[in-house]
Amino acid sequence: MPTQNIQNMTLCALKRGMSEKEFTSLEVIETLLARISDHGGSLNAFITVTAEQAITEAKNADKLMAVGENKPLLGLPLAHKDLFCTDGILTSCASKMLHNFIPPYDASVVKNLKASGAIMLGKTNMDEFAMGSSNETSYYGSVKNPWNLELSPGGSSGGSASAVAACLVPAATGTDTGGSIRQPAALTGITGIKPTYGRVSRFGMIAFASSLDQGGVFARSVEDAALLLGEMAGFDENDSTSVDVPVPDYMSSINQSIKGLKIGLVRQHFDAGLDNNNAKAVREALEVLEDQGAEIIEIDLPNIELSVPTYYVVASAECSSNLSRYDGVRFGYRAENYKDLNEFYCKTRGEGFGAEVKRRIMTGTYVLSAGYYDAYYLKAQKVRQLISQDFKQAFEKVDLIAGPTTPSPAFALGAKMDDPIEMYLNDIYTIGANLAGLPGMSIPCGFVNDLPIGLQLVGKHFDEESLLQCGHRYQQKTDWHTRVPERFK
Amino acid sequence: MNSNWEIVIGLEIHAQLATSSKIFSGASTAYGGEPNTQACLVDLGFPGTLPVLNQQAIEMAIRFGLAIDAEISPRSVFARKNYFYPDLPKGYQISQLDLPIVVGGNMSILDGDGNEKIIGITRAHLEEDAGKSVHEGLDGLSGIDLNRAGTPLLEIVSEPEMSSAKEAVAYMRKIHSIVRYLEISDGNMQEGSFRCDANVSIKRFDQKELGTRAELKNLNSFKFIEKAINHEVMRQIEIIEDGGTVTQETRLYDADLDETRPMRSKEEANDYRYFPDPDLQPVIIDKDYINEIKASLPELPSIKKERFIESYKLKSTDAEVLTASKQLADFYEKVKQLTEIDSQIVANWIIGDYTAALNKDDLDIVDSKISATDLAGLLNKIADQTISGKIAKEVFDAMWKGEGSAEEIIERKGLVQITDDSEIENIVNQVIENNPSQVKDYLDGKSQLLGYFVGQIMKETKGKANPQKVNEIIKRKLI
Repeated sequence: MPTQNIQNMTLCALKRGMSEKEFTSLEVIETLLARISDHGGSLNAFITVTAEQAITEAKNADKLMAVGENKPLLGLPLAHKDLFCTDGILTSCASKMLHNFIPPYDASVVKNLKASGAIMLGKTNMDEFAMGSSNETSYYGSVKNPWNLELSPGGSSGGSASAVAACLVPAATGTDTGGSIRQPAALTGITGIKPTYGRVSRFGMIAFASSLDQGGVFARSVEDAALLLGEMAGFDENDSTSVDVPVPDYMSSINQSIKGLKIGLVRQHFDAGLDNNNAKAVREALEVLEDQGAEIIEIDLPNIELSVPTYYVVASAECSSNLSRYDGVRFGYRAENYKDLNEFYCKTRGEGFGAEVKRRIMTGTYVLSAGYYDAYYLKAQKVRQLISQDFKQAFEKVDLIAGPTTPSPAFALGAKMDDPIEMYLNDIYTIGANLAGLPGMSIPCGFVNDLPIGLQLVGKHFDEESLLQCGHRYQQKTDWHTRVPERFK
Repeated sequence: MNSNWEIVIGLEIHAQLATSSKIFSGASTAYGGEPNTQACLVDLGFPGTLPVLNQQAIEMAIRFGLAIDAEISPRSVFARKNYFYPDLPKGYQISQLDLPIVVGGNMSILDGDGNEKIIGITRAHLEEDAGKSVHEGLDGLSGIDLNRAGTPLLEIVSEPEMSSAKEAVAYMRKIHSIVRYLEISDGNMQEGSFRCDANVSIKRFDQKELGTRAELKNLNSFKFIEKAINHEVMRQIEIIEDGGTVTQETRLYDADLDETRPMRSKEEANDYRYFPDPDLQPVIIDKDYINEIKASLPELPSIKKERFIESYKLKSTDAEVLTASKQLADFYEKVKQLTEIDSQIVANWIIGDYTAALNKDDLDIVDSKISATDLAGLLNKIADQTISGKIAKEVFDAMWKGEGSAEEIIERKGLVQITDDSEIENIVNQVIENNPSQVKDYLDGKSQLLGYFVGQIMKETKGKANPQKVNEIIKRKLI
């Protein structure tokens, strides 16, 4: 029975299997839908499962393959984070505010992947409006970490990470505003890449913080991430912040040697906040890369410690404005009883948004207010410039920057919910790449207390290729990325 | 009472740009569609949608900037103005604050004494319009029409340099004329494509600092602007002379009651929390692009006026009137080209009878009942002495009523001028015979009676006798 190991296969392996007629797309889709139905509940990874549509598309893909059609992702399964608009399918942002929102259009990312032949199995759970680092702010409940159901998978793209780590789907999209792909990838032991800001269209990707948000992917290998990224990326005239640069053929350059590659190790990343075992695993990972010919150079990012407060000013400011459109007038949740316009707004927004979203809207409104703008928003923008400068200077000496993705492995659900600052500090290593618009990737690099941890690689603008080459080379020499939680084998 | 007070007025004019699609989306900007039929997902503020700047709006703003001698910012930035209102779909309006596209500039007007006065223009920036709330015919409910949401506006902000309602109107007319010359706005005030807010304050002549201002909102006719400002000035004078102080506030002009009243404080007590829109890149404009647009600018009113004075030998005031609108100026030049008659006579006809007829029927030149060719046809009949100027007015009226061309009407009504000397002589003889006493008085030196004889002769001929010949013959006969 070939279908027995379908669940553990990477996209590339599935693609080979289908082209060699070992199994059909329909068999793949049905196997995974069955797994989602068996395990989806315990993980709470999906908000919507689009089984019927997926089966229809799989049958169609099989027909196309039979007549020699050769799209790059034809018949391959994936899932979308529930903030990518999907035509005719609920797109909730895991918020009560959009619990009934059915977009009349596809996000550009969804459209691109569909055009390449991919089949969507469903929409994954997430922190409400992507605001959170533990996937506990979802209106649909927390997502569980497949390595230990008591633990958080990280966030905000926790549903996508959990589903991929538990082999419910080989790959899924996510978005990363301050670490929302890389942190859950690290905490669930999979590969996650956030490309350069402007590489992937934001059109149809429901905004949290426009200048930081970037779509990306989760997969079980760097090679799969490269395959998907190549298909979803590219200039989009509907997004003024997408950049018109050619997308390289990641799959053809991924095997290039990393000999002579200069990898920077950030001194500031190895201070008191980092778990000792984490630090040890990261240093061991770097030794593997050194063995492959890479050169490790210590570097400084002097202002990186300011990245968390800077981020929470900028991101909150933007979200306070981005989320103003949820007013109950045209779509989404609308309060029932109100006596005037003001009460209509207050009730709709008061009832429709969760606590963390409200906290950030209020923070953002405050930092943009007359009298506080200069002290907070403007100051944060200046610090953001400094942080970008730090990276720029570092990249004069090195090709890549490596370090831990998170300070520690997965934490217990509920452990940090009462302390927002403690929660925010979980993104301390990832936020810098968002502030500077740089591509970043997390790959599994070991286990601490039987829980996976990640190695983060950050590259120059539009140089995802170096990240992918380096990560792929590492995965050729290690097997961390092939580990699957016992319960989901 | 006014003489103790100096009036200070600044205007913020909103000109709707004549782009075919909206400033940040591809939806149509046409006026008058069924509610919400011209609003796409971007205009509706749907989750995930993003704005894409309409290049045509940038070009139009640059055209305006060049026409008022302003600086075109090499880098301008769109910002979000945040506030909640049901007809504002995104909860913010995309506008420009710190870095507008057009900076500085000026416009010359004629002040109350007919002297040239330069009014400074602070800035002009691009922004999107909001939708409309509809309250009528909905049984106590409110409706939202988002057809207008996202329509491009150019907000033109003047310095507080106008010192009477008349100057404010003159300035607004000048800007109106410029945007229409540049073909960047249809200037239709009834449809709201051209409207303004006026900041009005008063101060004593010896007072250095400006008085507290009131902002009058949404004035959309030249008549209302003048009335509203005059009314507001009187209100402020009364307050201060009664020992009170003017409150800084936003007031609405009610045309029906001819008064201004404060808007509810809720409507204005906003902290807009402006910040640069992260969905849009700064607008970078290079010199070559500006030069390209400069080269394509039409002849502007001030230059056209000078040319009209120079080449057509027109009076300055007439040239001013004719060049106030490009259509009128074009009409003048077309008529002028088709007729041999003196250019000042052409001007008199266009400024006089022709404009009066348009005004009477409330028509634009494009809807005129008489074309340039028609009018030239009529004027040519004066030039070749087929009819007199007086008869021409009768023919003009008939033409306006659609009775045919000048030639047809003259023919049909038998209005051809009598120029035959012997025929006129016969009538002159008859008039002399019938008015012996007047003839005697005339010969005794009452030369003003000449007009009486001419009148009699015109009466006999129903005005068709050539007036010059009549004069000549009478004078010859009565020596």
